[in-house]
Amino acid sequence: MPKKSTSTRASAPKNAELARQMLTYMIMAREFDAAMLRLYRQGKAFGGVYSQLGNEAVSVGSAMALDNKIDVLFPMHRNIGGHFVFGQDIDQLMVNHLAREGSQMRGTDGTGHYADPQRRIYGNVSHLGAMIPVAAGFVMAGLMRGEKTVAMTYIGDGGAQVGEVHEALNFAAVRKLPLIVIIENNQYAYSTPNHLEFACERLSDRAQGYGMFGTTIDGTDVELVYQTCREAVQRARNGEGPSLIETVTMRMRGHAEHDDFAYVPKDILERWSTKDPVETYISRVIQQGIMTESEVTSLRESTLSTMIAAIDRALERPWPAAEEGFRNVFIES
Amino acid sequence: MATMTYLEAIADALRLEMRRDPTVFQIGEDIGTYGGAFKLTKGMIDEFGPTRIIDAPISEAAIIGSAIGAALNGMRPVAEMQFMDFVTNGFNQLVTVAGTTAYRWSMPVPIVVRGPSGGGVGANPFHSRNSEAWFAHATGLKVVCPAFPADAKGLMTASIRDNNPVVFFEHKGLYRKIKEDVPEGEYVVPLGVARVVRPGTSVSVIAYGSAVHMALEASEALLREGIDVEVVDIRTLVPFDEETVLESVRRTHRVVVAHEAVLTAGFGGEIAARIADKAFRWLDAPVRRVAAFDAPTPFAPTLEKAVLPNAETIVSAVRDVMAF
Ligand SMILES: Cc1ncc(C[n+]2csc(CCOP(=O)(O)OP(=O)(O)O)c2C)c(N)n1
Ligand SMILES: [Mg+2]
Repeated sequence: MPKKSTSTRASAPKNAELARQMLTYMIMAREFDAAMLRLYRQGKAFGGVYSQLGNEAVSVGSAMALDNKIDVLFPMHRNIGGHFVFGQDIDQLMVNHLAREGSQMRGTDGTGHYADPQRRIYGNVSHLGAMIPVAAGFVMAGLMRGEKTVAMTYIGDGGAQVGEVHEALNFAAVRKLPLIVIIENNQYAYSTPNHLEFACERLSDRAQGYGMFGTTIDGTDVELVYQTCREAVQRARNGEGPSLIETVTMRMRGHAEHDDFAYVPKDILERWSTKDPVETYISRVIQQGIMTESEVTSLRESTLSTMIAAIDRALERPWPAAEEGFRNVFIES
Repeated sequence: MATMTYLEAIADALRLEMRRDPTVFQIGEDIGTYGGAFKLTKGMIDEFGPTRIIDAPISEAAIIGSAIGAALNGMRPVAEMQFMDFVTNGFNQLVTVAGTTAYRWSMPVPIVVRGPSGGGVGANPFHSRNSEAWFAHATGLKVVCPAFPADAKGLMTASIRDNNPVVFFEHKGLYRKIKEDVPEGEYVVPLGVARVVRPGTSVSVIAYGSAVHMALEASEALLREGIDVEVVDIRTLVPFDEETVLESVRRTHRVVVAHEAVLTAGFGGEIAARIADKAFRWLDAPVRRVAAFDAPTPFAPTLEKAVLPNAETIVSAVRDVMAF
């Protein structure tokens, strides 16, 4: 039976180690952004810099709910946290991101678009929604071989209006595929607010129409995201089919760094700033005695310098050799 | 050898590859118990079951997209478009995802997207299109257009085994119209090898798909006028066997390029340009193209017959280049 629920608060962490890990990955995501922003301001960034400020709990909490030995992640442009959860090496990530020699994409593409099959990460293409049918097919193949691989993928409040998303969700429901689709409702699609993107109350209401589980949750609460996704993973693993989870957050910066987001009313940003997913989780972790304030501070500082150092190392690498542009249009074997 | 129609030959290749390789599966609309709109997959669900002959919802993007995902996860899917016209609804998956994956990820995407294309059968603008040139222009996709049963079988086998995405255009007008001896059992025709279907000395007609049959018919009529036509069937647009085409042109010195698809930006323009570029010195006449009038394929037989090319339009193009 398709179910729908709206909850706002998860139970206290049963596992301090889990909390520490989640906070660490969220801080990595946050400091990755800070490092990229610094690069952008220095005029050294190449291509769009898509901040995921405000989305750390979604990318980390959802990826943590998977088993990175058997499951697969199809991340989108604001899911850098998931790359870290799936064990991506920071240097490799930066080299890929900045398209330097040694990139897994040989310079043919950049940002988070890479695939690293060994780490079970399959990046996106720019065309929003195009990878959801692909993620569905990936796990369909697994099912055909009797495997229990679950795929987690993401789409925005704007991207969710792409036709392929509808086809993929219906297909996944019909075939009971172990697919979890998270709709990251961060209120804006580039400059377009929710009310110009869709007319339903909640994007997860659509789940009922597909005959799958759907829920809308507070996407700033990492433990809630984790818990909700854990349950979705369990259902998927048990053959109960896909889930559609809408996470409600706020995109705290422009679409990309070139965008001053003057179209977002300032009071909305102020209201959401009190719900910053990283800051609220830091308070909770400190309050529960899992980490001390100074531990957190030094973790943040060391993470930021790690990120900056990795960027600097990546930038020292040359651009890929021009000949790469002529290779591999087809697989030759 | 066994006598097979074009349709039977394709079905034979699919069946043999599914028996040989457990990673091959098919997905499409009504391909299971119903056996497909043209009955090409008839009976396959009985042999392979619903896990490997998948009846999908009417969702071309989900069909092609899920095939791509399955291919990234070790399978070799064959996706049927009920009519090749409907590939427009899955265009993004083919062009944006499948065609860029090798280049970006160095990962194989061994999928075949196949289905009936072409006109001349009184369908309508939405069941008659020849859209092969779109995919030849897309980068990263192989494009196959067989004209004969044996080639259809051999090229289908090669397409399934290829590690790249292949768009396989079957001409629905040929499905039951032509029969020939087809090798039994495993049979592979490599992609990217053209074939001289009829050797001749006066003029080369370079064609593929249904236009090969128009060219053969034209060559009968022209022989009575003393014009000995060489017909070259390129068989695959991507990869394109340029050398076989140039070699023919260097011998005959005159060329007509023919296809059923519309003229403007058709693959014939590419063939003509390659000839102009690389065999100019051997040409005794400008390269002429024969193709459909630039319009959707119309419904009424009078209109359809008028806009599509046929043996007569090839005959008159050949006469023109001979008279130049
Ligand atoms: C199919 C498609 N159309 C347009 C674009 C250009 N584009 C890139 S991101 C974006 C806004 C996306 O908004 P949303 O889906 O809400 O995700 P968010 O960036 O807010 O996380 C647009 C219009 C695109 N990438 N793909
Ligand atoms: Mg958005």
